[in-house]
Amino acid sequence: MSTKLIVGLDGSEPGERALTYAKHLSKLIGDCVIELVYVIEWSPYSFQTAEENAMRHKRREQEIKLASERVITPALEAMKTEGFTAGGRVLHGDAAELLNSVAVKEKAQQIIVARSTESGLAAKLFGSVTAKLVMSASVPVTVVN
Amino acid sequence: MHIKKIISSAFISLFLCFSSASALAEEGSIDQTVNEVFASATGWFVNLIFAPLPGTTFPWIVLWLVTGATVFTVYFGFIQFRAVRHSVELIKGDYSDPDDAGEVSHFQALATALSGTVGLGNIAGVAVAVSIGGPGATFWMILAGLMGMASKFTECSLAVKYRNEYADGTVSGGPMYYISKGFKEKGLPGGGILAVLFSIFCILGALGGGNMFQANQAHAQISSIVGDYPGWITGVIFAIIVFAVIVGGIKSIANVTEKVVPLMGILYVLASLVIILMNLDKVGWAFGQIFEGAFTGLGIAGGFVGALIQGFKRAAFSNEAGVGSAAIAHSAVRTKEPITEGFVSLLEPFIDTVVICTMTALVIIITGQLTTDPTTGLYLVGESGRIITADGSSGVALTSAAFGSAFSWFPYVLAVAVVLFAFSTMISWSYYGLKAWTYLFGEGKTTELVFKVIFCLFVIIGAAANLGPVIDFSDASIFAMAVVNIIGLYFLMSVVKVDLKSYLSRLKSGEIKKFKN
Repeated sequence: MSTKLIVGLDGSEPGERALTYAKHLSKLIGDCVIELVYVIEWSPYSFQTAEENAMRHKRREQEIKLASERVITPALEAMKTEGFTAGGRVLHGDAAELLNSVAVKEKAQQIIVARSTESGLAAKLFGSVTAKLVMSASVPVTVVN
Repeated sequence: MHIKKIISSAFISLFLCFSSASALAEEGSIDQTVNEVFASATGWFVNLIFAPLPGTTFPWIVLWLVTGATVFTVYFGFIQFRAVRHSVELIKGDYSDPDDAGEVSHFQALATALSGTVGLGNIAGVAVAVSIGGPGATFWMILAGLMGMASKFTECSLAVKYRNEYADGTVSGGPMYYISKGFKEKGLPGGGILAVLFSIFCILGALGGGNMFQANQAHAQISSIVGDYPGWITGVIFAIIVFAVIVGGIKSIANVTEKVVPLMGILYVLASLVIILMNLDKVGWAFGQIFEGAFTGLGIAGGFVGALIQGFKRAAFSNEAGVGSAAIAHSAVRTKEPITEGFVSLLEPFIDTVVICTMTALVIIITGQLTTDPTTGLYLVGESGRIITADGSSGVALTSAAFGSAFSWFPYVLAVAVVLFAFSTMISWSYYGLKAWTYLFGEGKTTELVFKVIFCLFVIIGAAANLGPVIDFSDASIFAMAVVNIIGLYFLMSVVKVDLKSYLSRLKSGEIKKFKN
């Protein structure tokens, strides 16, 4: 059975570094599948106006399309030409929770993410996605600097 | 379709008359004339809607709403009491498919609808109800609130079932859609006319009770704190903010409001609870007054019937169950089972009336705002027919005084809450009005923009002018919505029953599974 690595992408430069590291690891492992996960932060408990609610389905489709076109698809194509086996998905929800649940579901050996780019008061108060993931993940997590 | 056109054009004429009368009224000197002209033109409609039952002071529209609620309660076998646990599970997302993440959740649909109903009625309306109907009004208010849960259940289930889903992924729903589509499906005549009537009343109600009244009260509240100043200033500021949200799509303002309003609601309930806990020794007495007053009146004008009228009226006016407005907001939820939104929505009258309105009433009673005759124990009624309050205040001021007697700073928080509640109610009603407008005139950017601009203009008019008859007319329109809506619900409730049976049996058999434990 091949080794599975989960990589959290967010379209940023640090995310690219996480992917580069995953590729490096994949070469070392050999029989390895890389699963790219792009999470759009979303809470079912947020408050919205009625108009936003009516538009929500449309917006969700747009968000998924945009993330797939700009981040996931180009990354997958590049990886294919480089000879890597990879898959990808775009999800809505809490990034730390979702990366972990995908890892558990896919029986992945490791989650690879970049160091959080969040800064300021919000990150200090609520903690970053990376910190939350490291504390709660059920599989080993590698944080790339 | 032909009828729809005729009624639409008649409505445009009425609407033009309505707006020009309101616009003219801004020029203070002719205020009175306009009021008189408008009152004589629309008075019959207002009188018709709020007409008392012969020989009583009980408005027939309240009986209409309460009868509807009772019929739905019995027809669905007291669904509001059987389904509460399942409702909470649905809101928690236990039955939500993780693959649907990012869609409108049950919680969001409920929160959005609540921000449209929780407002001035919970703060000012309850104060009026207990000062006229005495503590006993609270009992009837709670009872009517509990019954209203069944009306919400029926209308919101239908709203999701018969909504329009467009190719671009947006949705439109509400009574006008379920009445027209549901009647057609059942082969019943008149659905088109009822739907058009509902839309007309909804637009008028949105501009009046959902807009002008809110702007007017927000201005009254602000000027009571900062001192008197011209209403148009508040109007223009509010109109700009409303414009930025509904036309400019400035999400940040809406997001802030939508976050602050629930916080205010929670703060309000917490403050009430603290006051109740501080006076724990009086809670037993207060409930005693509520029960005794419910059946004897405890000296209030009209005896127990007076208490009953005030209680029923407050519940019906506050939670809008049967009016059909919230059904428009609930229709946006993403679910494969329309009935689930019915389960979720039935919590709305519970939160609005049974929890928040009751808190207001309890605080007013417990803090001793209503004066009694020490020898008889009966409430002292003034010449106006209202119970004489400790400091002579009524409405928002009475609630404010009750909270202020425990926390001197609370009236300021309450003032902010009232303004924010007014604003969020306006945003919600702008959407309800818009959906009714697009139902009549078709979906499209220009059509929508026309309504949104008119809506903003009415914010200024509402805050600037003191248009009693216009407000009365728009209030009457909101309740006229209930006349049409409940007729529709009576004809369509069998559809909900079929769905309910099927859903409950699949839930029991395990076909409908929880995704979360």
